[in-house]
Amino acid sequence: MVRNEVSRFLRIWMQTLIPPVITTVLYYVIFGSFIGSQIAPIHGFSYMQFIVPGLVMMAVITSSFSNVVGSFYFSKFQRSIEELLVSPMPFWVLIAGYITGGVVRGLLVGTITLLVSLFFTHLVVSNIFFVLSFILLTAILFSLAGLLNGLYAKNFDGISIFPTFVLTPLTYLGGIFYSIAALPPFWQSMSKLNPILYMINGFRYGFLGFSDVSVAVSFWILVVCISVLFGINWHLFRKGYGLRS
Amino acid sequence: MEALSIQNLKKTYATGVQALQGVSLSVLEGDFFALLGPNGAGKTTIIGIVTGLVNKTAGTVRIFGDDLDVAPERTRVHIGVVPQEFNFNIFEKVENIVVSQAGYYGIPRAQAMRDAEVLLKQLGLWEKRDAQSRMLSGGMKRRLMIARALIHRPRLLILDEPTAGVDIELRRGMWEFLAKINNEGVTIILTTHYLEEAEQLCKNVAIINKGEIIEHGSMRELLSTLENESFLFYLKDPISDVVLGALQHCDIHQVDPTTLEVTLKDGARLNDFIVQLARADVTIQSMRNKSNRLEEIFLSLISGDTRE
Repeated sequence: MVRNEVSRFLRIWMQTLIPPVITTVLYYVIFGSFIGSQIAPIHGFSYMQFIVPGLVMMAVITSSFSNVVGSFYFSKFQRSIEELLVSPMPFWVLIAGYITGGVVRGLLVGTITLLVSLFFTHLVVSNIFFVLSFILLTAILFSLAGLLNGLYAKNFDGISIFPTFVLTPLTYLGGIFYSIAALPPFWQSMSKLNPILYMINGFRYGFLGFSDVSVAVSFWILVVCISVLFGINWHLFRKGYGLRS
Repeated sequence: MEALSIQNLKKTYATGVQALQGVSLSVLEGDFFALLGPNGAGKTTIIGIVTGLVNKTAGTVRIFGDDLDVAPERTRVHIGVVPQEFNFNIFEKVENIVVSQAGYYGIPRAQAMRDAEVLLKQLGLWEKRDAQSRMLSGGMKRRLMIARALIHRPRLLILDEPTAGVDIELRRGMWEFLAKINNEGVTIILTTHYLEEAEQLCKNVAIINKGEIIEHGSMRELLSTLENESFLFYLKDPISDVVLGALQHCDIHQVDPTTLEVTLKDGARLNDFIVQLARADVTIQSMRNKSNRLEEIFLSLISGDTRE
């Protein structure tokens, strides 16, 4: 199942791997180089160095989410999901199979965008454990979110509503381009309700060694969100929601 | 041993449609079993429940003794299913579809590749192994689904109208293939609208209508309940009215001067009728059943007629 999931997005790499990299490069060029050169250093780091972790995380979130929601909904649409449902694989294995596909794509896109950033700035790694754990856990979380979206989706509109109206705004407002310390107190509090803020800050902490929020809290928020989403997905699979009549 | 045992199976869909109203049936291991019924009778719902694609409302299903509710994963190991509609990834290559399915059953890839080659060759698809499945003809797609269903060597193969839309030559090829694997020990449950197919292949039969089993038994016994049977006789020369009027124990309709449609009645034997013609010096060139026997019984049953 993992082989199928991975070979599916590798086969269409022009659609799955290249676009997020191009988008991120444009951010590097416009925000990092053109605009960033006029912005004062943040905690002693250049603006480009500040935004790279957030932009990499955005590419990971978008890629892992869209990989699972696209693959899962398409298999539901053309009913090839039945190949899996009639098999003896337990539901947790089905979920793990889809999630692994999303994680691999997310990490691949994240790695490419990170490597491309080296053309624009010098990266420092403060704590490799936080870099690896936050990128992995975030890819898992948004793969699970993509699967949940795929289960609920009744048509192709249903797989674009959540990313367009929820995921993208939360990602942009998750502190990719700014430190929430620069916001008025009310908007700082509002920003702290956004779970993506914790993922971006945790990841950034791994590189730059500073964060707007507690890294330990960020880590546990990720773990709890993953556990909850896995539980919901497993329950819906068991009930056959969106899968069995 | 029972390959499949269904007790009081009920299904009511969210729309309120009651698809199954307490179906009970059993299929013995090694059987070639026909599940017949008109469109919407509940055949596909039964198959969906047995294969885990439809949630049942009530009742029990056992597959080779294992309860579907208690050990769903273990029951699925035994089942291969060929659904009515194509349900494979249309962009995937033929060989990959079969090999991937083996992986879902825990079969190592090397063995799956070997088994897929054997199956694809048997089903005449080996030359198309690298083609995307969407490029196959309708008949090839059906055979691909059979190969996919057999890759994990199931003990019970369920085929939901496997020959729908398949030309007669291909259909007969499929019949031979299915008869062969049945002889090798695979239990087969078949739904079909080609009743000739069911009559030729199946040992036992259940007929379902409006969510209820209305007939369940051996094919031979069912066919023996046919009261009247009609035959077409093609004669060498036109038959005279005198001879025609003298023929007994049958209803005769003269289709044209040399063709008679004969319905035997009152338990009359075909042999007696032929003897009557021979005594009148009438030469029979050929004869055939006017219609499929199972079809007559089927139509009679689902229209609510009694055969007593």
